[in-house]
Amino acid sequence: MDLLAGVPDPEIPCVSIVDLGIVRDVREGDPQTLIITPTYTGCPATHAIQQMIRVALDEAGFSKVEILTELAPPWTTDWITDAGREKLRVYGIDPPAKGAGQHTLSDDAAQCPRCRSERTQMISRFGSTPCKALHRCLDCLEPFDKFKCH
Amino acid sequence: MQADLREFALRLGDDSLVLGQRLSEWCGHAPMLELDLSLANIALDLVGQATHFLSLAGDADQLAFHRDVLDFKNCLLVEQPNEDFAQTVARQFLFSNWQELTLRELIGSKHPGLAAIAAKAFKEVAYHVRFTDEWVVRLGDGTQESRARMTRGLEWVWRFGDELFDVDPVLERLIVAGIAVDVRDLRSEWEARLGKTLARATLDVPKPRRGARGGRIGHHSEHLGHLLAQMQFLPRAYPGASW
Repeated sequence: MDLLAGVPDPEIPCVSIVDLGIVRDVREGDPQTLIITPTYTGCPATHAIQQMIRVALDEAGFSKVEILTELAPPWTTDWITDAGREKLRVYGIDPPAKGAGQHTLSDDAAQCPRCRSERTQMISRFGSTPCKALHRCLDCLEPFDKFKCH
Repeated sequence: MQADLREFALRLGDDSLVLGQRLSEWCGHAPMLELDLSLANIALDLVGQATHFLSLAGDADQLAFHRDVLDFKNCLLVEQPNEDFAQTVARQFLFSNWQELTLRELIGSKHPGLAAIAAKAFKEVAYHVRFTDEWVVRLGDGTQESRARMTRGLEWVWRFGDELFDVDPVLERLIVAGIAVDVRDLRSEWEARLGKTLARATLDVPKPRRGARGGRIGHHSEHLGHLLAQMQFLPRAYPGASW
C-alpha cells in the first residue's frame, strides 16, 4: 500500500490512487492479487492507472502480483480518504462531502475551495474529467471544480 | 441460456456503444463549451458501459469493430442522427429515462456480472437523466424557436419508444430465469416520468404513433451503417493497430 501511495492519479496528480480508493484490496495467494476498481465506467484514466500500477510494482520487484479489476461493490466518493479530501481542497477542487456518496450522484451544495464561501453556483454539470462539475464562487468570483458525490 | 445471455449482453452493449458514438459526434460542435463537455462525458460513460456489457458477450473490441451492421442489436432510437441539439436532447430524454429504470431493476439480476455493471452504471445514468430533464424544460419553456425545435425533436423520436419495451422469446426466457428485466412492467413508470418533465416544460405529450421496430433483430435504419463506417474504419483498415 505504501508503494502504491506514490502512484498519482493521472488526471488529478495531487492525490494518489490509494487516496481515491481505487486500490481496494490485496488478496494473498500465489500469485498475490491486487484488486482495483474504476471510478467511472468510461474514465479514460483507467487504463493509464493500470499501467502505472504495473510499472510501480515491477520496479519494486513485485512483478508476479496480478492486477484484477472488480466492479462490485461500485466505487463511491466515500472511499476517498480524509487526507485525500484535504489534498483536493488545497489543489483547488472542492472535495465531496463524506457520507454524501449514496446511490446516485447527488447535487449537494458546493463550497469554494479558496475562500470557503458556500455562496456558490453550478455552471456546468460536467467538467474537464468525468468526476468533476464546474462551479463558481459568488463571493471571491473564482470558478472552481467540484468533485461530484458519487 | 448461454446464447440468450450473449444476445442480451449484445443488446445492452450495442445500445450504449452506438449512442456513445453518436453523442461524440458533437465533440467540438456543441452549441456551447459546457454542452460540448457534457455530451462528451455522457458519451464516455456510455462507451465505458458498452465495454463491460460486450465483454460478457465476448471480446469487446472484436465485437465493436469487426461486426457488420446486421449483427448489431441496438434499438433504433440510439442510431438516429443528432440533427439539432433539441433532437439530441429528445433522444437522450427517452433513452436515459428508460436506461435508468432498466439498470435499477437489473441490479437485482441473478447474473452477478450483469448486476455489477448495472450497479456501477446506474449512478452515472441517473446523472444523465438530470441533465436531459433540465434541457427539455429549458428548451421547451424557452424561446419560441427553442420550443418549436424541442417539439419537433420529440415528435421524431417518439416513434422509437415502443421498441424499448418489447419482449421477445430471448428476453422472456431470461426474465423467467431472473436474469433480465421485464421491461413491460416499467413502461407506465417511464411514461409518468416523461409526462412530469414535459409538464414542467409546458409541452404536450406527443400523440401516439406507429412504433418503429427492428433493431433487436438487426433490421436497422440507413443511419447505422454510416455511423459504423466511421467508427470501424481504422481498426478494419489497419488490423491490430495500437496507440
